[in-house]
Amino acid sequence: MQFGPHLLLAILEGLVTASILSLTAMGLSLVFGVMRVVNVAHGEAYMLGAVLAWWVTGLIAGHPAAGFVIAAIAAPLIMGALAVASDRLVLKRLNYDPDRTIVATIGLLYIAQQTTLMSFGPDARPVEPPFNQRIALPWLERTEEGWAWFYPWGLSITSYKLFVIAAAALILVAIWLIITRTRAGLLMRATQQDSETAQAFGIPVGTVYSVVFGIGAALAALGAVLVVPIQQAHYLMGGEPLLLSFIVVIIGGLGSLPGTVIAALLIGLSDGIISVFFSPTLAKIIATLLVAMVLVFRPRGLLGKAPA
Amino acid sequence: MSERLRTDALHLGVIALLVVLFLTLPTYYAGNLSRIMVLAIYAIGYNLLFGYTGLLSLGHAMFFAAGMYGYGLTAQLAGWPALPAFALGILAGAALGLVVGALALRTAGVAFMIVTLMFAQSAYLTILYFGTWTRGDEGFVVPGVARVVLGIDLSGETERFVAALILFSLVLLVSGRLVRSRLGRTLVAIRENEERTRMLGYDATRLKLIAITVSAALSGLAGAAYALLFGYVGASFAAVPYSIFPLLWVLLGGAGTTVGPLIGVFFMFYLIDTASGITLAYMLIAGLALVLLTLFAPQGIAGLVRRRVRWLP
Repeated sequence: MQFGPHLLLAILEGLVTASILSLTAMGLSLVFGVMRVVNVAHGEAYMLGAVLAWWVTGLIAGHPAAGFVIAAIAAPLIMGALAVASDRLVLKRLNYDPDRTIVATIGLLYIAQQTTLMSFGPDARPVEPPFNQRIALPWLERTEEGWAWFYPWGLSITSYKLFVIAAAALILVAIWLIITRTRAGLLMRATQQDSETAQAFGIPVGTVYSVVFGIGAALAALGAVLVVPIQQAHYLMGGEPLLLSFIVVIIGGLGSLPGTVIAALLIGLSDGIISVFFSPTLAKIIATLLVAMVLVFRPRGLLGKAPA
Repeated sequence: MSERLRTDALHLGVIALLVVLFLTLPTYYAGNLSRIMVLAIYAIGYNLLFGYTGLLSLGHAMFFAAGMYGYGLTAQLAGWPALPAFALGILAGAALGLVVGALALRTAGVAFMIVTLMFAQSAYLTILYFGTWTRGDEGFVVPGVARVVLGIDLSGETERFVAALILFSLVLLVSGRLVRSRLGRTLVAIRENEERTRMLGYDATRLKLIAITVSAALSGLAGAAYALLFGYVGASFAAVPYSIFPLLWVLLGGAGTTVGPLIGVFFMFYLIDTASGITLAYMLIAGLALVLLTLFAPQGIAGLVRRRVRWLP
């Protein structure tokens, strides 16, 4: 394959990564924005989402699409309920103290991961995609007879991957509508701006916190359900999305939702492109160092606003 | 008894207890003691920063690994003898601490934790990237020549114990003096109220940088000692769990106490040792311990004792 088609392929793969990443990072960003809690166990919500999807699709016989649809509804719901429970049982009792919640969520991370290891086992397990047609992509090139379309060998994408991109975009629009247009979103924004004043105006801040923590985990789980037909479910799969989500949330500005989406696109695309052309380990070293430097020198993120 | 005498007496008592344990316990447990003491040095280094200065780092594995690879790589690739390679390990830890500290101290709170986590992650990935020399996750065995100090081969059980005991005793006694010194008290002042400490005319940033460097040097010493005494160097010691462990040990034993780290390592070591006999998922214990400790006993074991015995250093 020549450079042009190769690059197009890298961009498409990068877009798939970016879609999943924007969902996961959006969950992390929402939790940090509203609750000021850094949820280190966020990657495990993603992992559990994938494992739950594997479990649900295994229960349902018949066409893979039926199992997939039920998994896409059930996995985020179960994960959200688990997150609400851990908020009530652990985080709330710590009064959302930043240092102690980080330590506690590290503990939750290991509990989730190791419980999965004990029950689900150490193997990676696949989930069948609901549909998976290969779509060859055309490429325009100048030949001796002028411009012509042709189909380079290897330049293709599956219909499922296109579906992932579309689904993620739809979900993000839905979240944006919920936050900006509904009463629930208004309560969240009020709590985010000033939780004490919100409390004084009769907003049940404790409930808002629990719901936001649940939604954050559910978003990670939803991202995982979408990714699991492409990438298998494994008990250690939470580490990478956690790191990438951190990177995205930091670059996008802690707690800024549009910033998160832009940063997810940036990171997803560059991750796709860099790992096609360079060593993925080197790409990760550079990315983590860059992010550390952004935090050190521009603590509000590249797109974050200065404090009022 | 003055405070300093009491502190030294307590520490000498702890050291004597370790010797008695070594002499009376069966070989398997005696062997574990050496490992516990080396890890306790690491925990003491971590505690200096977390317990006394109030800075929570999530990336101390990079300092441990700096010591380990500083010693291991010079011994393996350059063929250095044990002592200079060991000294280089400590130096590598301190130097990395100085650089990372200078950068990370521009942030505070949650950002500080994430920055240290990120630096440690890139350090871990760097070790993997240079797999040709570091042998990555697989690691390498330290050559036998580099494990002989002053003509004594440290791979024997008794020799190893004595070496670990000497190092641990030194670190414990010095740290006991350090936290009671002017520097130590100022660090505690920074932990309690940084603004006020600054207002009293202390250069808090410089003092915190000193704390990180000393903490990293001790972690580097522990890493180098681990490689020297147990003869193995591997990337898993640079990975995230080894940044979490010292936090766990110090929380369990008691943050801001000199004997807390040892108590924490001791308990966690046997807890995980027992758990790994039962299940593969022994890190579950670590997770449960972290959650339960933050919920119910944020001061740890030594912190609970201190409520009764107020002079506990």
